[in-house]
Amino acid sequence: MWWSALSLALKEIRRNLLRSGLTMLGIIIGVAAVITMVTMGNGTTAKITAQIENLGSNMLILRPGQRFLRGSRAAAKPLDLSDSEALRRELSSISAAAAITNRPMSIIYGNTNWTTSVTGMENDYVVVRNWAISAGRNITDGEQRAGAPACLLGETVRRELFSYQDAIGETIRLGKIACEVIGILTSKGQSTMGSDQDDVVLIPLRAHWRLISGGQNVSHIYLSGRDGVDTNKARRDIELLMRERRHIGAGDEDDFNVIDMKEITKTMTGTTEVMTSLLGAVAAVSLVVGGIGIMNIMLVSVTERTREIGIRLAIGALEREVQRQFLVEAVVLSSVGGMIGIGLALVASYFIAAAINIPLILDGSIILLAFFFSALVGVVFGYFPARKAARLDPIEALRHE
Amino acid sequence: MIKLQRLNKVYGKGAAAVEALRDVNLSINEGEFVAMMGPSGSGKSTCMNILGCLDTPNSGHYLFQDTPVEDMSRNQRALLRRHFIGFVFQGFNLLARTTALENVELPLVYRRIPRAQRHAQARSALASVGLEGREHHTPAELSGGQQQRVAIARALVTQPSVLLADEPTGNLDSARGHEIMELLSKLNREQDITIIMVTHEADIAAYAQRVIHFLDGRIQPEQGN
Repeated sequence: MWWSALSLALKEIRRNLLRSGLTMLGIIIGVAAVITMVTMGNGTTAKITAQIENLGSNMLILRPGQRFLRGSRAAAKPLDLSDSEALRRELSSISAAAAITNRPMSIIYGNTNWTTSVTGMENDYVVVRNWAISAGRNITDGEQRAGAPACLLGETVRRELFSYQDAIGETIRLGKIACEVIGILTSKGQSTMGSDQDDVVLIPLRAHWRLISGGQNVSHIYLSGRDGVDTNKARRDIELLMRERRHIGAGDEDDFNVIDMKEITKTMTGTTEVMTSLLGAVAAVSLVVGGIGIMNIMLVSVTERTREIGIRLAIGALEREVQRQFLVEAVVLSSVGGMIGIGLALVASYFIAAAINIPLILDGSIILLAFFFSALVGVVFGYFPARKAARLDPIEALRHE
Repeated sequence: MIKLQRLNKVYGKGAAAVEALRDVNLSINEGEFVAMMGPSGSGKSTCMNILGCLDTPNSGHYLFQDTPVEDMSRNQRALLRRHFIGFVFQGFNLLARTTALENVELPLVYRRIPRAQRHAQARSALASVGLEGREHHTPAELSGGQQQRVAIARALVTQPSVLLADEPTGNLDSARGHEIMELLSKLNREQDITIIMVTHEADIAAYAQRVIHFLDGRIQPEQGN
């Protein structure tokens, strides 16, 4: 009986192809909108996560000064090299720690120059920032200890200064000092915040002190949490050790702060996730509107087919059989619309993802959910018209012109 | 086979109430061909609807094959129609844009007869009303007389105990009307089907073995036929 109701429904839909198509349009657009919105949202979240992970996985940044008081930062006690050594040595939750200091400088090669930030760093910095060497070699521990004038170039700096020439072994000038290029860093592209991560020159920290900044200044310490250790724990460990080292009393506030990249990731992906749900919810409203369209057409259909219903009732159709016939028709309309909507969403997602350069992440559960929701819309909005059809008085219905 | 006892039917309420049937007593035997006549509003159609279990009386008893029908639910009456009653209407009442064969199959669908058997039964029903070769025509492609034959085939395909015909010739010219009447009386004679027919034409009623006259909701004394 279900099967014959189904084939009857398909026949009825084919009979009024244009009207059926227009009826389904609401559901098609609703389902397509929900799936496309969610897919775009997921893609954006994934892209942001990937970008932040690209900055360095499990990365934490320690800097002097209180978190929310920008002005007090200068006043706070600065960090020094012994801090990074102590963090590296004493904390098992930390796998790498690197003190760094920065200075923007003009870099000259031949008659080309380029202004960028020159970072003096301990070798762990390359590890923490997730960099790899694409050409040449890394800075050795010996060079690091001696403060040798050897430098690593980011891809942007290499391109600006050397274009197609080989940079390895060449000598560039950082302000007044000469420095040999020993390696090139692999390109990381733009960060989430839009800054170019490849626009860097790295030199040993002691070389920076000795030749450029002329002190023993450490502006930040970059740290990596050990794999498998919660970065929250690593962060607490760092805070405890630093409080001890800086002799901060039990009731006093930290005069330094630790930035956890995981938390920044969470905040940013949290925002996009909220946006995704919001967009999905708005799209879901259009599904309900589509359902009302189906109800409308089914009511028209019941009126139009009153005589048919009368005939069916007269020859012995039960109320529930007539109700089933119309309900199945509504559900078939809405679920066929749902399937077309899914197809449309796949095509639309593919092209939009390509256009705005985000990964295409299809969530099967959302597709299934949208489909079942569309079928549910058919049940809910088909119920009333179907009931109306089933309750018709056969004598009245047969007289209906 | 069919017994009506002191049947009353009132439409509307209070001052606007119309007594469509008043104390109707009627008994129809198996294999009979009965015509019900009367002016419009005399109650013959109301009586027909009650006999066809499409409507219920306000009071009185209706025994269909010794089963009381008056207290049956809507669904029980639908099942009774499905299994024992065939209808032929004045306006044919075929499903539009549906072939003759599918129209005739319709009651069998509700009886859950398998597809192949449905086809065979519907074909032979169409053949018995002289419509071989027209199985795949839709009502729009058939003449009025042919449409009524399809309707008769649809009523007969389930081999009902009783065939109810409400002005079966009302929409046909007199030649087609007589053809239909010949067909009905042949079915009555040869297949022993009980037929109850409403008409207001005396020459059509003449095909029946018995004529019942309605007036103001009452059955007039039978005059013998």
